[in-house]
Amino acid sequence: MSTHSSRLVARVMVAPSVLLLLIWMIVPLAMTLYYSFRLYRLISPDRTGWVGFTNYIWFVNSPEFWQAMGNTLALVGGVLAITVTLGILIALLIDQPVKGQGVLRILVIAPFFVMPPVAASILENLFMHPQNGLFAALSMSFDAQPILFLQDYPMSSVIAIVSWQWLPFATLILLTALQSLSSEQIEAAEMDGASAFNRLRYIILPHMMRAITVVILIQTIFLLGIFGEIFTTTQGGPGSASTTLPYMIFKQAIAAKDIGRAAAGGIIAVILANIVAYFLMRGIGRHLDA
Amino acid sequence: MARAISPRRKALTTLAAWSAAFVIFFPVLWMVLTSLKTEPSAVAMPPQLFTADWTLENYAEVWQRSDYPRFFWNSVIIAFGSTLLGLAVAIPAAWAMAFVPGKRTKDLLMWMLSTKMMPAVAVMIPLYLVFLKLRLIDTHIGLVLALMLMNLPIIVWMLYTYFKEIPSEILEAARMDGAGVFKEIVYVLTPMALPGIASTLLLNVILAWNEAFWTIILTTTKAAPLSAFIASFSAPQGLFYAKLSAASTMAIAPILILGWFSQKQLVRGLTFGAVK
Repeated sequence: MSTHSSRLVARVMVAPSVLLLLIWMIVPLAMTLYYSFRLYRLISPDRTGWVGFTNYIWFVNSPEFWQAMGNTLALVGGVLAITVTLGILIALLIDQPVKGQGVLRILVIAPFFVMPPVAASILENLFMHPQNGLFAALSMSFDAQPILFLQDYPMSSVIAIVSWQWLPFATLILLTALQSLSSEQIEAAEMDGASAFNRLRYIILPHMMRAITVVILIQTIFLLGIFGEIFTTTQGGPGSASTTLPYMIFKQAIAAKDIGRAAAGGIIAVILANIVAYFLMRGIGRHLDA
Repeated sequence: MARAISPRRKALTTLAAWSAAFVIFFPVLWMVLTSLKTEPSAVAMPPQLFTADWTLENYAEVWQRSDYPRFFWNSVIIAFGSTLLGLAVAIPAAWAMAFVPGKRTKDLLMWMLSTKMMPAVAVMIPLYLVFLKLRLIDTHIGLVLALMLMNLPIIVWMLYTYFKEIPSEILEAARMDGAGVFKEIVYVLTPMALPGIASTLLLNVILAWNEAFWTIILTTTKAAPLSAFIASFSAPQGLFYAKLSAASTMAIAPILILGWFSQKQLVRGLTFGAVK
């Protein structure tokens, strides 16, 4: 099958994709690297020059940086924990012989198709708003003070919004994995007197491990870049309480108009993403039969 | 499922499953309901359901005020344009990787996926400047290119997974009959891979439709799609709940309907065939 000429043809066919992605990656990356060592502020565009690692030093020494790192970690970790745990529970429920499974799937998948700005503004205004939101109405019906979600719990609110968007994805993939588990195996365990918890612990969860890994890998790819949800709701605030690393870079570029510092932050983010990518790709490599 | 389950337990699990699904779906439902209320009714406390004033006026007003058709068509052009262009580039690549795999094919696929992990914000300014230089800001072609490149790794991966499942004997038979590579792709492979190509198309149209970073950064008015329309809508008018809901419903309705039809393929597609 793989003669010399067919190998050559194959290379030619792969080339456009690889070239395009290389350009898409390398050109902006090289430019970001260049700016990261330059003094470049949009307010004073005439003052330029090489500044060595000054931008990097400023970025890493900024108190906001460590908070942003923590927030990024909280966002990715929090959403993963919530979506995987709830995803397993809901998948187990839907997998039971219940009426109307097809309709259930359609209801559960819906949030995944809602674009991030819509999801964020609907949850922010119709649900979390302290005067007119549904949650406020709920608090008031218990004679309690409405919770100021975005003000007092900005990071948790963002995590909740993003979790709502990604829960369908986790649930449906875990459900698909669950449905491929043979019922004989479960029945055999049941006959042997295994309790419901032991069946879950020793048969169902191990069977779902591969799907859980895939959910974690794919979601991390998208979660590392979360931006729109924060932009629409908290704008990184109050203060920098919900500023993630991408959002901190955005603020440097757009609000502070300091391209040099934003670029240095960009390079730091790329390095961190690559470290995560390295570990994820090793994981995904084992689980995807390429 | 031959297990004997008591009717009582069955009723309980059915109730629990439906409640969970309803809670997940509820924000979408509430948005649609709010979009059908008058403004005072939409912000009334306590929230109104059976006593609400129902109206279709919000849709009429959003339609008149905001030039919805233009945003809609921009979304269609950008989502389908970027996906079709991506397919044109990716089909040959995925074909080659699936049927003439080399030693480094797997690494290449991994590398492609890893490009998606680069935070978009990190390269926002350089890309903006490049687009400015090339006069691609606020143009359809600019956004089509950007979103095509953004989703290319996913398109290649999905196609690769689908192509892998086509038995290579069929291709060999075609080759015996003297079909060249081009004919092989057009007449033998494509018809067999059509379901896979179709679901790749659907999923990537959904991803492109919902993209809300590059579409906002790289457009102003002429080429702005629905994601930018919503972002501009939610900002200033704080308490126009009914109109916000109507605009939001109009922005997500087309893709929600498309998504519901393709939800089965979505799971397989987004996990690159790793979960079946």
